[in-house]
Amino acid sequence: MASLKELRGRITGVKSTRKITNAMKMVAASKLRRAQSQAEAARPYAEAMGRMMAELAAASRGADASSLPTLLGGTGKDQVHLVVVLTSDRGLAGGFNANIVRSARQLIRTLRDEGRTVRLLPVGRKGADILAKEYPDLVVERVAGTEGRDVGFDKAEYVGKKIVAMLEAGEIDRCTLIYNRFVNAMTQIAIQLPLVPLSVAENDNAAPAEAAQYEFEPDEATLLANLLPRNLQVQIFSALLESAAGEQGARMTAMDNASRNASKAIDRLSQKYNRTRQANITNELIEIISGAEAV
Amino acid sequence: MPLRIEIVSPEKRLVDRQVDMAVVPGMEGDIAAMPDRAPLMLQLRGGVVALYEGDKIVDRYFVGGGFADMGAEHCTILADSAQLMSELSADDARDRLRDLETTWAQIEPNDTDAHDRLSREIQSVRAELEAVEGPASV
Repeated sequence: MASLKELRGRITGVKSTRKITNAMKMVAASKLRRAQSQAEAARPYAEAMGRMMAELAAASRGADASSLPTLLGGTGKDQVHLVVVLTSDRGLAGGFNANIVRSARQLIRTLRDEGRTVRLLPVGRKGADILAKEYPDLVVERVAGTEGRDVGFDKAEYVGKKIVAMLEAGEIDRCTLIYNRFVNAMTQIAIQLPLVPLSVAENDNAAPAEAAQYEFEPDEATLLANLLPRNLQVQIFSALLESAAGEQGARMTAMDNASRNASKAIDRLSQKYNRTRQANITNELIEIISGAEAV
Repeated sequence: MPLRIEIVSPEKRLVDRQVDMAVVPGMEGDIAAMPDRAPLMLQLRGGVVALYEGDKIVDRYFVGGGFADMGAEHCTILADSAQLMSELSADDARDRLRDLETTWAQIEPNDTDAHDRLSREIQSVRAELEAVEGPASV
């Protein structure tokens, strides 16, 4: 049986762990609020962009696939897939990163079974560490995540430009983004979003009359060519924001569980401590009494 | 005031209000968005968006390129970056211009894409400087 001193030490240890997890939970909660309001603020741009894309895609629908920009129509091949994996830079967020990596692993396996070549572009340190260990030959570049700061559009811009550059150099044919979609603090869903070729939301029933009359300056093709890379960046940006909110949500839940576990452990240990103390006293009493009787 | 103008940057919505007219810096020249105009989509160069109430300019925003979607009742500006004119800083813009010009001197002469992109950025920063200081000093 553990001595009283040992038990006291363990109780203090678990108590300080609980203090840390509790503090982390509070921090995650306030960061989550921030991340959510940031995601909220970015929504109007993404929505307006989506509307414009839909109009433009409708206007250039008549054109055959080969004359469309590569970002919209694809390269015409389906051989090399780039998988962009969004994870966090820090751990202690429950299954947040493991979920993403599992989803990435699955996609890689499916693509390989189909005989395709896979390249990886991990964004965020945690995913990069795991993927670089498992698939060292596939990783094109490691991009640092947000490093605990707010998500900036420059990060999305960088990743977007990188994808476009690889596409134009003929290094990749398709691109898929894997990220955690924020549902609520408890739930994040790993999503596989195809970025290239782009799937444009069809809005056939949403005011088609106006769509027909749109004028474009400069012409549709130029506008589309300029709008597409921007749209790609916007999609990556909103994924980054979702992922940031999801990370904080996951961490909050994980730390809440950890604090609760710590409380339970403390209860258990205190009970054990009290029992041991009581047993020791009883022992001493028995010794004294039996000593007195022997005299 | 029947025209709803929105200026949104990727990170937030800067303006959402009713005005009489908005003058927008299009790639091929300035264009005024007024009520009941035919729907138009245009690409923007770096320049100033002026919001009018009656004949008076009530607000001026600098946008660093982007896109605009105009309709009969709305004008949505998707700005790459946007700032209220009074918040712009000439020193900051001059620093950025210097950086861009250094990059300009370094890129490969036959990399046309990079040239195009960079010249657009330089133009945008020049327009910003011009907007802050007036055309004389540039």
